[in-house]
This record gives sequence, structure tokens and C-alpha cells, in this order.
Amino acid sequence: MKCERLVDVGRRQFLRGGITGAVGAAAATVLAPAPAKAQTAMALVDYPANRLANVADLKVNEPLDISYPDDSSPGVLLKLGTKVEGGVGPDGDIVAFSVLCPHKGWMLSYNADDKTLNCPGHYSRFDCEAGGQQVWGHATQNLPQFELTVQDNGDILAVGVDELIYGRLSNVL
Amino acid sequence: MAFKRQIDRLPIIPADAKVHNVTCHYCIVGCGYKAYTWPINRQGGTAPEQNWAGADLSQQQETETAAWYAPSMYNAVRQDGKDVHLVIKPDPDCVVNSGLGSVRGARMAENRRSEVTGTQLQRLTEPMVWRYGTWQPTSWDDALDLVARVTARVIDKDNEDNLFVSMFDHGGSAGGYENTWGTGKLYFGAMKVKNCRIHNRPAYNSEVHSTRDMGVGELNYCYEDYRLTDTIFMVGANSLETQTNLFLNHMIPGMRGDTLDFKKQELPDEPHAAAKVVIVDPRRTVTIKACEEAAGKDNVLHLQINSGTDLALFNALFTYIADKGWVDKEFIAASTFQGEIAQPEDAAHPAALGGFEAARAACKMSVADAAAICGVPEADIVKAAEWIAMPKEGGKRRRTVFPYEKGIIWGNDNYRTIGALVNIGLATGNIGRPGGGVCRLGGHQEGYMRPSDAHVGRPAPYLDQLIIAGQGKVHHIWANDHYKTTLNATEFKRVYNRRTNMVKDAMDARAGATREELVDAIVSAIEAGGLFSVNVDVIHTQIGQQAHVILPAVESGEMNLTSMNGERRMRLVEKFMDGPGSAMPDCLIAARMANHLERVLREEGRTEYADQFKGFDWKTEEDAFMDGYYANTGQIVTYERLRAMGNNGVQEPVVGFEDGKLIGTKRLYADGKFDRHGREDKLALFCLGAWRGLQAPGKQNQKDSYRFLINNGRSNINWQNWFLDQKNEFVLDRFPVPYIQMNPEDMAELGLNPGDLVEVFNDVGATQAMVYPEPTARRNETFMLFGAPSGSQGNVINAGTNELILPNYKQTWGNIRKISDATPAAKKLSFKSWEVTL
Ligand code: SF4
Ligand code: FES
Repeated sequence: MKCERLVDVGRRQFLRGGITGAVGAAAATVLAPAPAKAQTAMALVDYPANRLANVADLKVNEPLDISYPDDSSPGVLLKLGTKVEGGVGPDGDIVAFSVLCPHKGWMLSYNADDKTLNCPGHYSRFDCEAGGQQVWGHATQNLPQFELTVQDNGDILAVGVDELIYGRLSNVL
Repeated sequence: MAFKRQIDRLPIIPADAKVHNVTCHYCIVGCGYKAYTWPINRQGGTAPEQNWAGADLSQQQETETAAWYAPSMYNAVRQDGKDVHLVIKPDPDCVVNSGLGSVRGARMAENRRSEVTGTQLQRLTEPMVWRYGTWQPTSWDDALDLVARVTARVIDKDNEDNLFVSMFDHGGSAGGYENTWGTGKLYFGAMKVKNCRIHNRPAYNSEVHSTRDMGVGELNYCYEDYRLTDTIFMVGANSLETQTNLFLNHMIPGMRGDTLDFKKQELPDEPHAAAKVVIVDPRRTVTIKACEEAAGKDNVLHLQINSGTDLALFNALFTYIADKGWVDKEFIAASTFQGEIAQPEDAAHPAALGGFEAARAACKMSVADAAAICGVPEADIVKAAEWIAMPKEGGKRRRTVFPYEKGIIWGNDNYRTIGALVNIGLATGNIGRPGGGVCRLGGHQEGYMRPSDAHVGRPAPYLDQLIIAGQGKVHHIWANDHYKTTLNATEFKRVYNRRTNMVKDAMDARAGATREELVDAIVSAIEAGGLFSVNVDVIHTQIGQQAHVILPAVESGEMNLTSMNGERRMRLVEKFMDGPGSAMPDCLIAARMANHLERVLREEGRTEYADQFKGFDWKTEEDAFMDGYYANTGQIVTYERLRAMGNNGVQEPVVGFEDGKLIGTKRLYADGKFDRHGREDKLALFCLGAWRGLQAPGKQNQKDSYRFLINNGRSNINWQNWFLDQKNEFVLDRFPVPYIQMNPEDMAELGLNPGDLVEVFNDVGATQAMVYPEPTARRNETFMLFGAPSGSQGNVINAGTNELILPNYKQTWGNIRKISDATPAAKKLSFKSWEVTL
């Protein structure tokens, strides 16, 4: 099974051909207001805490389009069905990744059969069960993973990113 | 968790940053990059006028943007003694890669030595000598004095046979025209050293003798030919992984049909279609999957032959194509030898060379026989012949390009096999023509400029076996690591450790002695069977652990360096940072070594011999370039002229300089005249090489005695820059130890789980690797990484070579047993398939 929507987008290229609207348009995406500018420059970027979805919205191995830290950075939210390191939620199996390939920024598509994100650009692939490790490919970094927390009501918030997202020299623009 | 850099932003390159031309020095493709440097206390901004790209960096950039760089493309390094920011990013205007990076080249910045960020602290900074039971840092003069005094004791005018030399012959990396000339002038000019070898094999020889003997230089095409061709016939190569951007930027567009307009424009008088692909390889590689994605499965034919049977296949294709008459008769008549035998088979020629009909007779092989030998269907061989040579609509000649690499270079019967492939190229008129070429793909870039090596002889001395046999007294090593890249390595290491330890022991026993006494002690140990080892490298290598003197070299970018890529495209890499500590370019190390030898010989009163070491007064790498390349290639190419040609450079041979531009040569042999063999008539020769089974000694026996084929090679991530990647966290996180790919059913039979450590063993040695399941691997056929820092595959390769001492690394068989469960580092790895699923 594949996530058709991402496949479809992935065959094109991000921000080319006017597909920006398709990305981050998932119903569950709610953007927090941009944080106020800090008075003095900070040593780290300030990540927003954005609600991505509720635990109850997720079905095992069915990817949900999200975006983080803002709507021009598309990602995917996944309930993998098996507990993984870095996974959150009651089963420790919920993870989120950027879907911009860190090689040249093509959109990745999800392959539910082996739980990988795959790149139509130059055939790289990343393992969603191993922290986004590049299984094989041209990227010089593993896939940026969005750090998640789950609130008492089951809301899943993204609160950080562990690698530089493709196409921006600061993760928070 | 996978390794993450935890980098949330990067310094922005300011609009006024310094820009340097850089050709990636890691692999043969030679992708263009730009190095940007700027003062450590400054940065650009997100507004277009504040940054190098003139882009609004407060916005997300688009796919394939030039206005982004990954953390791996950034570092903080020393330039002219000051810390600076450094970004090295792919150049969108370079015709080689059009802005593509690879998992190797796009880490060029990160893989620099930086005291600020702590990367590559393994780089050598100062000369070291073995003293007081370990290595002590010292000055160049002290280290080179010891080298010169000991070396002078074992060489003499007209007899330098006790000096053994291992020296790289490649471009890129820390090679290049400057450095091959520096070492070449020392060992083949000032001296005539004949006991020597090259970085990746145990002798000083060509890897492609036969094609040269046939008149056909091995790099005869241009990369554009992949955009023009009808068929790519790829042999023993895995280009997606080991010539990455050549594959992505030239082969893929040809397969996808993206270049149809270009084909029509360049070659208007014939029909065109997207390129078909035939791949000859015993293993299903990721290249094959990528070809299927790009060309469609129906246009890709994988000839999955039995290991080492390429010659039978090529001879059958040649026979079939000739029988069908799908040959270029005019080309054969005008450009190839008309007669029977031009060069008989002898000790230096493992097959006779001669005319087309004589080759047909000698190479005759039926499709049925080849199918049986190679283990592939007859219909597939016929299909391959049709894709190579069946005329196109209107009787137009098909254009086929024949790239090949280590699968046959380091495979069975090298001379005849490569000759047989060139036969097909010649017969079908596919050399020197658009869309054609019979070319090796290459590993490193090239950059060879040395005085004649004719005195080495052919077959060349088998250096590593001579060392095992106790010969040689002093060993100079230039960026060679036999411990990782030789065959019969188990035995080699055992003997090398013993012989060099004898010298270490003698040195330890004379702690506090004067230089004269120390040299006497070393010479006594040498006379008793010891070996004095001098190691020039950028890092402390494995064989370097046995060295008595270690000399630190710089690599590309820490010096100005010229090389050419796989289409003979020559570029100048501009020095953009300082070398580590007092490290020097190899050419200058060679020059200083020559200076010291001259001085010592003069002191010893050996004046005439000392005079041979004159001519090494170079101060810079540019001096070495002018003395070597410039003086020996028509005095056309200078640094200044090459710099002006930028990252697109000029294709060799360079024939002129007009209107401020160097004039190069797009393809060799466009005039149908072949000269690589040096024949006056400029006619190409065919190779008369019949199939003769597994040719190298011991191979058939090993095959009959052990269960598993231990096929081996390189990979996308572990390739020409592995020496640096031993200390790169991104790479180590993916593969903490080198892998062996195995069929899952074989694993089950041996009780193996993914990540388990196994021992591979046979009659000549043993080594280890981590098991990686590969469902497409055939039963009893494994693939192991070659040249690994741990688990050297060479340990299990027997000593047998072809007649010209070309190693036969690929055909190795062994048994496998479990050593241990997966280590904690291996347990967390992804063991999923490498094949993309779209
Ligand atoms: S393909 Fe080769 S030359 Fe190009 S960036 Fe990669 S390693 Fe460097
Ligand atoms: S953009 Fe994903 S592999 Fe190149």
C-alpha cells in the first residue's frame, strides 16, 4: 500500500508547478501563531509547538500529511504499529519526518510495505523505523525527524527538528 | 536512533565571499563544486543583496535550488593562517554534474581537518620518526635526513633494486599531475626503480593492457555520448554507486528519452529512441533497479552471468554480430589492421592481436555454448546482440557505448576479456563516433605524468610477493595501503609486520645512539631480513602502523591540483585552505626527498650519482606542474589558462590556445586513426583471445572447494573517500563495520540474523564482515566490500594473478561461519532493501 497523495506529489517537484497548496493542506494541520521575535539573538532557533493531529486520528501505517515548523515545510505523521526509538503515544510508535529529500529536495513518497520514504528524484530511501536513517542514497544526512510530544487529550505536538530541512538555511524561517 | 547533526541553521554565505573552483577529488566523475570562504566573524543575511545567491533566504527554496547547502557542505577551516567559514557546494554550471552532489562529494567540506569543529583530526600534521618505542613528531629535515641516509645505503648508480616503491598513479584525491610527476621524476627520472607498485594492485602495470595494445586508449569518449547513444552496454560496473553523477546526469537522461531533441539536432539523419541498457553483472545492483525506473523494465536487460565468464559472453556476441553482418565494414577496412597476426601471443601479450577475420576465427563461440558457460538464456544473448548492433530503421548503424570497470578489470582473464569487448566496439564502428566509445569508467580521476616506466618491464615485478619472499630493503610508500588493497593479504601482513618489526626492534635497541650509529643499526637489521618502511600519506594508515618514518601530505584543495576525469576533462582545483600542520604536497615531499638524497650522496662522495638528483628545486606545486605537465605536453596549459576555463575545464589532449581559451579534444580517434599502441600505420588491432576458463592459478580449485562466491567491490557510501570516512560519523552510523550481502535462505541455513558478524575463510586466510540480507542475491553468492579498513576482503583472495600480474580480486570463494551476534551498534541499523520503491 502506498500513500497515493504523497506519491502523486512526489512525482512532481516541490514548489514547482504550483503544488504548494497541496502540501500542508491536510485537515489535521493546525499552525500555531508565529512566536514573537526575541529581543536578543538566541543560540538556537525557537521552534513553535504545533498541533499536528490527535492520536485518535491515526491509523496504523496510514501516513498523514502534515507540515512543520511552517506550512512550507511538508512532512508526514505516522503510526508505525511497532514501538520504535523516539516514537511517542500510547504505543510508542508515532513518528514524524520531513518529506523533502535532503539530497535535492524532491518530495518523498511513503511505501507502507517496508515503512520507508522513497525519492523519485534519484532513488534515495529512508527508514521510518530507524529514525529516518538513509537506507541507501545520495543525501549527506539522515531524514530530519520532527520531535513530538503527546498531550493528555491525545493531541500530538511537534516541538523540534533534529537536522536541517532541505531548502532553508534556518529551520525556522 | 540514527545519527543526526542537530544543526538547526547554518551561517549564510555573504555576497562578497571568496569563490574557488573545485573539482570533487573523490571519484573519476570529477563533479564541479565551488568553495566559498569568508572571515570567521562575518556572515551574510537573508535579504538578496546580503547573500551569495542573490535570493530571498527568508523563504523556503524550491527543489534543486542552488540557494541551499547541507550541514555536510559546511566547515570552519584555516586559510592563510586564519580561521574562515567554508562552504563547498555543487556547481550548477558545471557540465559534468549540473549541480548534483553525491553522498561522497557533498561531504567534501565536512571531511576537512578542522580544529574548530573537530572534524578529521586524524589527518597527519607533522613528520614522525620511530623513536623510543613509538612515533615522535619531528621536523622535515630530521625525518628526511634519516630517510635519505638509510635509502642511500641500499641504492647505487645502476642498481636500485633494493628500493621498493609503492606509489599512487591517479588524479584527484592527493594525486594529480603535480604529484605523479614529483614521485615519477624521483623514482623513474633520478632513479630507475623497477620494483614498484600502484595504490590498488601489487605491480606497476596498466589495468587495461589489451585495449592499449589494440591501439585504443581506454578513455576515448565524452560523457555526452550517453545522451546520444542507442544502447548502453555496461559491464562489471555499478555506476549509480561508483560513478554517481555520470549515471544520474548523463546516462539517466539518455534512458528516459529526455535527450531526444538533442539527438535529432546532433544526428539528424537517423531515427532515435530513448537508450536501451544491457548490464553484465553477476549481481543485481541498485544501478539495475535505477535503469528500470528510468528506461522501463522492457528496455533493460540484465545478463546475470556466472562470475568470471564475461569473455565467453563477449566472444559469442562478437561471433553472432559478425555472422549476422551487423558490422561496420567501411570502418573495419579503413581503420583496422588488414592481415592475420600483427602481434603474436607471448609472455607480454596473453593473446595474439591482428585482423578482424583472424579474430573471428580465434574467438568463435556459439550462443548455445556461451549460454551454458555463462548461465544465461540463449535468447538473452541474442537480444543483447540485437540491442548492440542490429541496424536501426533505414539500415542505419546502431550507436552503442560500452562502459566497463572493475568487474572485468579485476576479473578473470583481464587481457582477453577487455580485448573481447573492444573487439565488439571496433567491429560495430563504435569508437571515436558520437554515441559510442569502449571506455573504462574509472575509479579515481586520472592525472598521470611520469618519465617512461619501460625499465619496469612486462610482466612487471609482483612486488607484494617479492616482499613476502624476503626481498627489498627499503620501502617507500606513497598513499598506498597494501593492508587494505592487496591479495594474499593475510600472508602479506604477517610477513610485513615481522620484517618491519625487526627494524623497529633494532632502532629501539639503540635509543640514544647518534644518527650514524642508528643508520648502522637499521642497515644491520635490513641485512638480516628486515625492511625499513617510509610512509607518505594524509592519515596514519594501516600499513603506516609499521612505518619507521611517516611524512604528512596534503590533499586537493589544500594545494592547487590538476587532474582529468573519465572523459579526459582537465580542471584546476584552486587551493582554498591550508594543509594540516606542516603537511606538504606530495610533489614537494618528493622534491625535498631528492634534495636530501643529493646532499647525502655528495657527503658520501658519490658525486656522479648525486648529480642525478638535481632538478628538484621546486618551491610550489605550480613549479612541479610546469616542469612536468607543461613541459611534456606542448607547453600550452598553464595554471592561469586552466583557471580561466573554470569548472568545465578542457578535454585532453589540449591542442591549442585561441582567443583566451584552451582548445581540447571532445573524443579520441574521431579521425579513425588509432595510436595508443604506437604503431606507425595507426590501425587498430583485434584481439584473438579464445575462452579458457578461470585463467588465474588456484581459482578453479578454490571454486570447487568452497561454497560461497565472495564477490566484492565498492558501494555508494564506502568508496574513494573511505580513508576519511573511517572518522565520519554519518558514514559510521550507517555501516559501523563493512557488510557482506547474503541471500536470506543462505542466512537461515547458517543460523544468521541481520547484523551478525561472520568469518569468511578459505585456503589462504580469513576475514570478517557484518551480514546484510539481500533477497536478490543468488544462493551461494555473496558480495563483500573491497578495501575495508576492518575486515579486509584481500585476506581471502589467493595470490594467483593473470600473466601480466593483474589481480583477480573478484573470483574468490570461501566458507562462512558465525562469529557473534550483532553488536549493539549493528543492531539499530536499517537492514531494509536498497531498491527504491516508488
Ligand atoms: S560522483 Fe564522484 S566526483 Fe561527483 S560528487 Fe560524487 S564522488 Fe565526487
Ligand atoms: S532528491 Fe532525493 S535522491 Fe535526489
